[in-house]
Amino acid sequence: MDALPESVDAVAEGLRAAGYLPGGSTALVAYLATRLQRPVLVEGPAGVGKTELAKAMASYLGRELVRLQCYEGLDEAKALYEWNYRKQLLRIQAEADGAGWAEVQDDIFGEEFLLARPLLQAISAKRPVVLLIDEIDKTDQEFEAMLLELLSDFQITIPELGRIAATSQPVVLLTSNNSRELTEALKRRCLYLWLDYPSIEHELEIVRLHAPELPESVARKLVELVAMVRELDLKKPPSIAESIDWARALLLLGREDIDAATFSETMSVIVKHRTDVELVAARVGLALQ
Amino acid sequence: MSLDEQLLAFADQLRGEGVAIGTSELLDAFAALGEVDWRERATFQSTLGATLAKSPEDRHLFDLVFERFFFRATEAAAIEAGVTEAGAAAGGEAGAQIDLDELREQIAHALADGDEARMRDLARLALAVIARVGDGSNVVGIDVQRIRRALGLRSDPQPDYPPGDPRRDGLPREALRRFEAILRRELERAQIERTMQLPPSRPLGELDRALPSGPAADLAAVHRVVAQLRRRLASAGAERRGSRRHDHVDIRRTMRASLQTGGVPVIVKYRPRRPRRPEIYVLCDVSTSVTSASVFFLSVLHALHDSFRRMRSFVFIERISEVTDTFAAERSFRAVSDAISADAGVADVSGYTDYGRVWSEFRALVEDDLHPRATVIVLGDARTNGRDPRADIFATIAARAGRTFWLNPEPRLYWNYGDSVIDAYAPHCTVFECWTTRQLEDFVRALTRTIAR
Repeated sequence: MDALPESVDAVAEGLRAAGYLPGGSTALVAYLATRLQRPVLVEGPAGVGKTELAKAMASYLGRELVRLQCYEGLDEAKALYEWNYRKQLLRIQAEADGAGWAEVQDDIFGEEFLLARPLLQAISAKRPVVLLIDEIDKTDQEFEAMLLELLSDFQITIPELGRIAATSQPVVLLTSNNSRELTEALKRRCLYLWLDYPSIEHELEIVRLHAPELPESVARKLVELVAMVRELDLKKPPSIAESIDWARALLLLGREDIDAATFSETMSVIVKHRTDVELVAARVGLALQ
Repeated sequence: MSLDEQLLAFADQLRGEGVAIGTSELLDAFAALGEVDWRERATFQSTLGATLAKSPEDRHLFDLVFERFFFRATEAAAIEAGVTEAGAAAGGEAGAQIDLDELREQIAHALADGDEARMRDLARLALAVIARVGDGSNVVGIDVQRIRRALGLRSDPQPDYPPGDPRRDGLPREALRRFEAILRRELERAQIERTMQLPPSRPLGELDRALPSGPAADLAAVHRVVAQLRRRLASAGAERRGSRRHDHVDIRRTMRASLQTGGVPVIVKYRPRRPRRPEIYVLCDVSTSVTSASVFFLSVLHALHDSFRRMRSFVFIERISEVTDTFAAERSFRAVSDAISADAGVADVSGYTDYGRVWSEFRALVEDDLHPRATVIVLGDARTNGRDPRADIFATIAARAGRTFWLNPEPRLYWNYGDSVIDAYAPHCTVFECWTTRQLEDFVRALTRTIAR
């Protein structure tokens, strides 16, 4: 098993080195997750770096990232495992005569005929991995219930094979956009991390990290404007990724300052709804003049 | 008390506030504390938070209870051990020598830097100095404001100060708020020390959860409630699909499935059950006695528009007026309430609600559209100002509609007192008490429940 991080500061340091600036209790919860071997449920608005956290964890711990993107209608066959019917069929046909029923039956339900999907992959990997179950709130409650066995005991029960216990302990992160209430049973098994939009200072640091050529004064103005836009009642408030995009767009255009004209030209990078655009243009555009 | 007992007591208080904490969460909390160096307050708090409070709402409650519980626990322990602050007496003499202007500047800098620890130290120093200038009023809230004024802490720019002084551009509002909170804490601490006893503990209770009311209703709070309700509705759908009694057999699909079994209908196929999407008529009283509740309620319903098939809203005082389009066009809460008061034309002369007239007008407007699958919701306090309630007309409306709900934004205690005639209408509809968000949620749950066709 790979070495586990020694302290909270070590985790914070490592995440920073991986290009992720952890804020508040992020590093602490990440550290607890590795030490207690508990899954972490990360919740927060869209675009605050929930998925990025998993990627940074993987790169920091030097582990492979196994990702399961959830969507409505996701079922076991796509998440856990599936029998490889074609191969099973071939096996039966090749065995056309001679072998008895019992023998073939035992044979075709062996691990050789199993197609591992992300969850099975994650626990049967030789080296421990980071497992990211993205947007768990998009699935239905049945799927959540299916996850429980995996999350609490790190094992999967396959009726024909029996229990498959984990060969390595993955670090599990579940993300949710909070679009529906998750079940108590699932929450009970997880540590909880709430990621919110970062403070102005913190976001400035992030923008500076990803667009270092942008002058500090412009970057500061940019994050202040983004914070102002988030205050408004929008359909989709700008995410951190969008502030970074905006910073890069300004760099490409070679703008030295954000004035009213620049703002109205480049606003579409951070505001993406027609009604939102009108509102932002009215409120923020006015403040810039 | 040992740490274990303290934590258990803390968990108990959280449960009392409605945060679901099981034994497994507590075990997690203890295990997590074993892994970190929790002598620092922030670490301790976020470790407990990560293991005990597992939704944004719970987290908010957790932070409030944490603050309250550990403050009280420390003070209780201090009283028990007879510890008083040695500095308090000495502070008197030291305080005399401190230059007030110097202190003001120091605090301004600490606020501008957002340095929490320094703010705490300076707050204590400020208390020691200023408490001597005039006697405290012993009312914490008043003292906090008095001290803040004495320190000259303001968020608006004060150009008299030299460049480089943070007060020149005004102090950050957020830091000011934090400093006030610290002052409050320190004053409470001093008070406890003087009287040697804890003030009674106040439950968070409904105060934090009550519906936002008044003209400055908190928009963010409204949206939080709406988001919550929408989530509840989204996850409730699955449960509704579960019940399988009274299902109708789908003959076509059953026959088709029977082909596999040689025409014997072994597998019976049912018609899918679709959750009911009611057609809704909302009537809202917007007279001054209930305005804030009704506009809030209307905006919640409109935000939930997706869950309903069709919805028409009316506002009334003396007369009735349809405002469905106003809500469709305006997104902001404030704009809607302005639009309603400006052009709805619902008040004639007196500005007092006239239920009798409203019922007859409403019946004339929608009589032909009402059918057994429609739902009528009335929001009002049923205060007729002495006019005839005309419950007979209301009864005919209720009879035509499938369901009729009445939401009363007054606490049950006030019902049927004075000119409230809710009992006249109660036989014809289901009456809900609705003045906290929780009650509103109960109502929405009742509204979206499937009914047998």
